Amino acid sequence: MKNIDSHSHVRGESIYLDDIPLVEGTLFACVFDSPIAHGKIKSIDTSEAEKCDGVVRVITAKDLIGENQIGGIVPDEPLLADGEVHFCGQPIAIVVATSEELARKAAKKITAEIEPLEVVTDPRVAAANSDLIVPPKTFVLGDTAAAFMDCEFVFEGRTEQNGQEHLYIETQGAYAVPMENGGLKVYSSTQGPTAVQRAVCRVTALPMHKVEVDVQRLGGGFGGKEDQANAWAAICAVATQLTKKPVKYALHRMEDMRMTGKRHPYSSDYKIGLDKNLKIVAYEATFYQNAGAACDLSPPVLERTLFHCTNSYYIPNVTATAYCCRTNLPPNTAFRGFGGPQGMFVIESAIAHAAEKFGVSASEIQRRNLIDDGDEFPYGQKAESEAITSWTQADEKYDLAALQKEADDFNANSKYFKKGVAVMPVCFGISFTKTPMNQARSLVHVYTDGSVAVSTGAVEMGQGVNTKIAQVAATVFGIDVADVKVHTTNTLRIANTSPTAASAAADLNGKATQLACDTIRNRLFEVAKELVEAASINDLSVRDGFVFRNDEKTSLTWASLVMEAHLQRVNLSEHAHYATPGIHFDWTNAKGHPFAYHVYGTAIVGVTVDCLRGRYEVDYVKCCHDFGTSMNTAVDLGQIEGGIVQGIGWMTMEEVVYDADGRLRSNALSTYKVPDIYSVPKEIDVLQLETSRNNLAIFNSKAVGEPPLMYGIGAYFAIRNAIKSFTDRSPGFDCPFTPEKVLLNLYPDES
Amino acid sequence: MLRFILNNEGIATDQPSGMTVLDFVRYHKNLKGTKIGCREGDCGACTVLVGELIDGMVRYRSMTSCLMPLANAAGKHIVTIEGINPTDGSLTPVQQAMVDESGTQCGFCTVGFVMSLTGFCLGTPTRSPVSSDQAISSIDGNICRCTGYKSIERAACRIGEQLPVNIAQYIPEYFSDIALRLQGLGSDDSRPETSNLRSLVGGGTDLYVQRHDQMSASDPTPLLYDDRLRSIRNTDEHIEIGGSATVTDLLESPVMHAIFPHLYKHLKLVSSTPIRNMATLAGNFVNASPIGDMTVWFLALDAEIELMPGTQAPSPASQPRTINLKDLYLGYKQLAKQPDEIISKVRFKKPASGFKFNFEKVCKRTYLDIATVNTAISLTYSPPYEGGVAAASADGVVLSYVHVAAGGVAPIPLYLKRTSEFLRGKEITEETIAAANEIIQAEISPISDVRGTEQYKRLLIRQLFRAHFVELFGT
Repeated sequence: MKNIDSHSHVRGESIYLDDIPLVEGTLFACVFDSPIAHGKIKSIDTSEAEKCDGVVRVITAKDLIGENQIGGIVPDEPLLADGEVHFCGQPIAIVVATSEELARKAAKKITAEIEPLEVVTDPRVAAANSDLIVPPKTFVLGDTAAAFMDCEFVFEGRTEQNGQEHLYIETQGAYAVPMENGGLKVYSSTQGPTAVQRAVCRVTALPMHKVEVDVQRLGGGFGGKEDQANAWAAICAVATQLTKKPVKYALHRMEDMRMTGKRHPYSSDYKIGLDKNLKIVAYEATFYQNAGAACDLSPPVLERTLFHCTNSYYIPNVTATAYCCRTNLPPNTAFRGFGGPQGMFVIESAIAHAAEKFGVSASEIQRRNLIDDGDEFPYGQKAESEAITSWTQADEKYDLAALQKEADDFNANSKYFKKGVAVMPVCFGISFTKTPMNQARSLVHVYTDGSVAVSTGAVEMGQGVNTKIAQVAATVFGIDVADVKVHTTNTLRIANTSPTAASAAADLNGKATQLACDTIRNRLFEVAKELVEAASINDLSVRDGFVFRNDEKTSLTWASLVMEAHLQRVNLSEHAHYATPGIHFDWTNAKGHPFAYHVYGTAIVGVTVDCLRGRYEVDYVKCCHDFGTSMNTAVDLGQIEGGIVQGIGWMTMEEVVYDADGRLRSNALSTYKVPDIYSVPKEIDVLQLETSRNNLAIFNSKAVGEPPLMYGIGAYFAIRNAIKSFTDRSPGFDCPFTPEKVLLNLYPDES
Repeated sequence: MLRFILNNEGIATDQPSGMTVLDFVRYHKNLKGTKIGCREGDCGACTVLVGELIDGMVRYRSMTSCLMPLANAAGKHIVTIEGINPTDGSLTPVQQAMVDESGTQCGFCTVGFVMSLTGFCLGTPTRSPVSSDQAISSIDGNICRCTGYKSIERAACRIGEQLPVNIAQYIPEYFSDIALRLQGLGSDDSRPETSNLRSLVGGGTDLYVQRHDQMSASDPTPLLYDDRLRSIRNTDEHIEIGGSATVTDLLESPVMHAIFPHLYKHLKLVSSTPIRNMATLAGNFVNASPIGDMTVWFLALDAEIELMPGTQAPSPASQPRTINLKDLYLGYKQLAKQPDEIISKVRFKKPASGFKFNFEKVCKRTYLDIATVNTAISLTYSPPYEGGVAAASADGVVLSYVHVAAGGVAPIPLYLKRTSEFLRGKEITEETIAAANEIIQAEISPISDVRGTEQYKRLLIRQLFRAHFVELFGT
């Protein structure tokens, strides 16, 4: 079944934030943001801006009625800079004017005198200065110190990983409308309506029940609108509170790129020890996370780096430590994978390093160390593993040895073009690692005409969560999906939501919807049991608009059953609550069972490098992916293809460039490149892993949002392998592999 | 008063002619299907179709409305998604293919893809046979961040396979009257008076990236659709191209194809379909970007340009003057021309036998990107021979005429004068190539910037210069 929004999408009739019809008298906001990365604010001059045409008000920190604070985990992020600025792009003042153009024009007239302070952009420098946002975290399994003493082969190295701009095609934005009694209705392009509600309440000093947040859909999120949507909503809310007028702010692309955080860059050290059978005996990793100037979601991102630091492998002795380093970049934030990809890149680098020294293919080491059922992850959870199965099924279908031979043969006969092949196994835990967040609610109404309305805490951003939720309701009731409407995500209907993140929205909100629909269906069937004289409600079902008794069609239609139940004063609405069972985690010893389940898979990635020019193409990504039992293969396949390409982008052309002064140089689409239609793999082939195990996923259909992104890491190692067949010098582990790095590695002597 | 047709509605507006079509359709006509993604022509979310009346027929091309001034809409048929949606709520075959192949996820970029593909279909009856590559190339200017493109690729292939079909399925009925209605608009009053105007705009593809706010409030003189400035002609000695010819005009020109057998492959490296549909040759030259693709291309042809005096010239009788293109560039964004002088013509000598041309460009992303380094070479050689550089060397093949240019290696698009002079009369050997590279390295002065370090650019120009010979003579 196709995404339920497809029809309105292709007709351009779907509504995004900037398409919402405006209330009369709406004003427009624009931010004046810091031109320097670190400094003391001596003075702010807004007088020229205030004189500009159409300007209604200029707002600075001192004007806020509530607290000047939007930091969710650590209160270290003022909405408007006060006293100091900590990154280029930090909002300092808000201009409110009668049109977008006038607001933008006036914002350019604001000046600030800022005394520069030292700018730190390197996380290792921040760590050396002990400038950490939270204390370091460590995961320990076994005893690495002792294990390394017994290791025959020990290799150490360092990796560098750059960030990644989300580049949702719809920029950030919000629209606040004043309601009676000082309340606010806020439309926001956010993955976290409750986070927006909290931030708005904090800066306006309003109680949560007076602030309604409504989200229709996002034009892409990818984690970038999880916490980073808060500021824009808070800005509109503050402006609305002070002007008593509706205020809208939809960011221009360059504002969005320079003011918002990105995927965290990491600098990391690894030490890997193996025995002569290529079994990894011990692994140590130290991660320096470049968190940016404020906490944002950096600590949980950091934690997920640790959770996934051994990827799909069982390693008996592991010590992994991570530092959350404060720098003068915009606060880095959630991005599909949420720190997991960064952890996986480092172990894959360590394996590639070891393989080179052994003179074997990295895939030999990978294969021999795959995690098996019952093996323990460094955080204490025992694996229910599909790692070996997915590897085996991928190898059986795609024949890794043949693909490698094909590349070798090609390389032997080609002067300037070289092929490289790499395997990328993936193991990704599903659940918010902060256990309390694993809860959701769903509100289901059956109307007297038989149509069904569902509201949940999930936000639709293209991933198809609303399609899956509609499928859940339709399946439970036995009606057509067209008879189910999933409504906007709204804090009045669904309160205290977790953000749509961690690949978990379909599971959590789908399960809540299932519970709500089950309850209503059972009430309806109690009514139907009498009407069609069934022995038990278990004998009843609904198909094709009719009630069936023991699989025999009755004359009772779904719609008349609903009406009859209403006349009998039966409740046709339900608000259900779901909390993932069985998960727990204890941070005092960093052990527990944090994940409902894991998603596994194995990808084989092949590339061709043009060694004359340093360009490259991805020939194929062939993967065996663990869907559980997919409830919507069209949606899931779309997530896999999209995730792979986004992962490849991160590993190849997407280069976030800050200069030493902390200014973003890759600040527009002309300087920051995401994959276009010609840079995607020529072939993406996806094999569905056959597995019948039960899991905690909705309808056994495993979460699919984040895991495929990490297949893209294989592209880095495939390019690296191709380079190694052109030159006998080994490239380091420094991603992304831009054409620049490729060429400089192909001709190291010229470098 | 600007007059044009927007979907099925005749428009007469006195909004500033510099306002973008994007802002006009979204905020003045409340047509919200056209999305804003980047406002610099790099994402394609705002793609619209622009129908131009040519010999009584309307030819439609995709363009990014964020870079298109209303001035360039004058006398045209502007089509947004609302203008192609079937009124009964159903889908066109293009829309249906996107749905069937799951080519839409968040939906924000989707309309842009639908418009580009629809434009491709409208242009198809004259274009046969249709390959899926062609269908895909029509969406080379559309960025999607969700799907990974494979589903869109499948949709494009399906659309390609269905063609050519009865085009009426792809567009509403009102399209059949558009030619007549455009004729009815006339051209006299649909274009603003030139006398009161200050700035000039061609395709707007750079001007609107650099000076959006300034341009939006202005009333620029449009040059894009000035027929006097668009032709591509084969004269006795020269190929002569109007300054307002677009990159697409070059791409579709039989005159150009006859000279440049790899025209398609090379011009495909230049921006994207909607931008090529708008960007003019003269615009690329006067923008003076050190990495202008077409500038580097024509520098390597040793082209000359004709400058026409502007409206503020001292005397209307002033004659056009001709200068060599390489003499146009004085320094970073400094031109040897008056601000209101217009590049009316571009000329290069008709190639002699033994002519070869190559264009190389490397950027972070191979397509739809700005060069880190680009370079072009034109040369003639004799005697004829077959085989690579080694064979040329053995046969004593001599270069008689060489022009090399490079971008991204200096403050201006650089004609490599000493390198070109050095190569003349030289045999094609490995030694010649190596020695020429030494000269190139001395001629250039690249700087480290967001597109690459100096060290990389020096290595890259060496490699791309070598690539010219690999391409032209084989390895």
